[in-house]
Amino acid sequence: MPEFDFLTTAIIIGGLVAIVMSIVGYATLAERKVSAWIQDRVGPNRVGPLGLLQPLADGGKFFLKESPIPSHVDKVFYLLAPAAAMAIALMALAVVPWGGTTPPPKPVAVEMTQDGITPDYSKAVQRFEAEQGEYRNQFQGVIAPGLDIGIVYVFALGSLAIYGVILGGWSSDNKYSLLGSLRSSAQIISYEIPLGMSIVGVVLFAGSMNLETIIAWQKQNGWFLMFQPLAFLLFMVSVYAECNRLPFDLPESEQELVGGYLTEYGSLKFGMFMLGEYTHMITTSFLMSIVFWGGWSLFGLEDSFTDPIVAVVLKAAILGGKMLGFLLLYIVIRWTIPRFRFDQLMGLAWKVMIPLSLLHLLAAMLVRQYGWSNWALTAISIGLFVAFGLVAAFKKIAPNNTPRRKVIPKMLPRAMVSSL
Amino acid sequence: MPIAESDIKWVEAPKLGFLEQLYLPIVYDGLKTTIGHIFGKSKTESYPEQEPKLPPNYRGVHRLNRDEQYRVKCVACYMCATACPAHCIDIVAAPAPAGWTDREKYPETFVIDELRCIYCGMCEEACPVDAIELTTLYDLTGYSREQLVFDKEKLLSVFDATTKAGTDPIRSRSGALGPASEAPKS
Repeated sequence: MPEFDFLTTAIIIGGLVAIVMSIVGYATLAERKVSAWIQDRVGPNRVGPLGLLQPLADGGKFFLKESPIPSHVDKVFYLLAPAAAMAIALMALAVVPWGGTTPPPKPVAVEMTQDGITPDYSKAVQRFEAEQGEYRNQFQGVIAPGLDIGIVYVFALGSLAIYGVILGGWSSDNKYSLLGSLRSSAQIISYEIPLGMSIVGVVLFAGSMNLETIIAWQKQNGWFLMFQPLAFLLFMVSVYAECNRLPFDLPESEQELVGGYLTEYGSLKFGMFMLGEYTHMITTSFLMSIVFWGGWSLFGLEDSFTDPIVAVVLKAAILGGKMLGFLLLYIVIRWTIPRFRFDQLMGLAWKVMIPLSLLHLLAAMLVRQYGWSNWALTAISIGLFVAFGLVAAFKKIAPNNTPRRKVIPKMLPRAMVSSL
Repeated sequence: MPIAESDIKWVEAPKLGFLEQLYLPIVYDGLKTTIGHIFGKSKTESYPEQEPKLPPNYRGVHRLNRDEQYRVKCVACYMCATACPAHCIDIVAAPAPAGWTDREKYPETFVIDELRCIYCGMCEEACPVDAIELTTLYDLTGYSREQLVFDKEKLLSVFDATTKAGTDPIRSRSGALGPASEAPKS
């Protein structure tokens, strides 16, 4: 493992959190500006040139506003919920590579000596020390390098993030908040299943759940987007549902309609929920670009500079660019697709995405087991997607699911109607 | 009243075809529209850098017109004060000055309370000599209520300002005043 130097790690953590919080602030501005451009408007442009100081004004507003605590709430959980939401969202950044990384060395196999019977431990130890020394000297662009459960850590924290929602709704002592938070939690835990299963296909190919190993595999063999497009689609849809973004917007739209878990929250606590949501968006954008779009590699461009500092900066820039592209996609999709109804949302998760991800996983296992080409998996993925579309197009809808609308013509006087 | 079965028409939702069940082609279509709009022109008018283009009959602040000899056109006939639904016009008439031979009266004071006014334009329609008009000035502000009670000098100054700016051309008939202002033929 690389040396653990407290000061360096603290500085990197502080820097990364500061950068991510700034990106979160500017993501709110980007959301407003891009939404405005889509709607033929201009967006905030008064605070600072082109509105670039608007997040500072928003932050100032949140800090300076009165932050009320209603008397009927459960104070401990009421204050814990936004703190939990934001802290958990930030913790997920520990394993996300933001710059150049190398995968940790694989375990060393002990070989036999000349006579073929006794194992040669000293040579194995030498090789181990050499590999570890080399790994230790490399700069790793991630806060927690070498964490072999990389992706599972992120998903575990995603599951914990529901606590923020549930505690917020429960502590508000308000039936609409409770119902809103229950709906949101049902949505999030339903979509965690296809989220996890779509990644297992990737993990099978890369041989490890470590995100750095996954990037290294993609650098060698090609992006997972090309080999597992269906997994990318499932992952993207699940992640939109996890972040409560349109089209899975119901818990947030309830704020417009009735209440939802954010009803009783005031200025800074509300701000922390929002920051937690945007941090989730950033983390999942990173994940999408790392797991499926090649991470910091861009078809060999990052190898063209030998200077180590320039290489690190270039890799961070490439990954940052991909991440920003996905953030923009979040924002544009929000204004493109109408919202799902809650039963349609749950039906999509359980009836479509879980079977699709199971079958995709089966296909990935078959491809690995029988040594077929990776492109076979591409073909099978697309075939599965088309097959599901055909099944959905041709199956009969159950009678109680038929949306029939009663249309009554204008009410005629009774005498005239009965004579018809 | 019970509804007969024959009155009711059942409408089924249209069945989704193959491409629609895939959902992605429609998303792509939607994205084309959305992203197309990002690169289009915005329709916002950036006030105050861009002032709105107002139609010429916009009902803004009033002005008292002057005639060619730079005298006030108003003959204090009280038609506008009578027509005003908000009773915001207050006129005190006086005999016209000696040199003004084509009229009998003139307004010694002419006060409009711009805060009471509802900007309906009835005074403009009622005036027989085209003395009072509503201009296209809309951004009316003041630090106190008294500041927004316009007297004759202020109203005449609005005339001077708007004709110099060229935003509100003089629409009145040039030449003689209307028949209401002429002395009765004796």
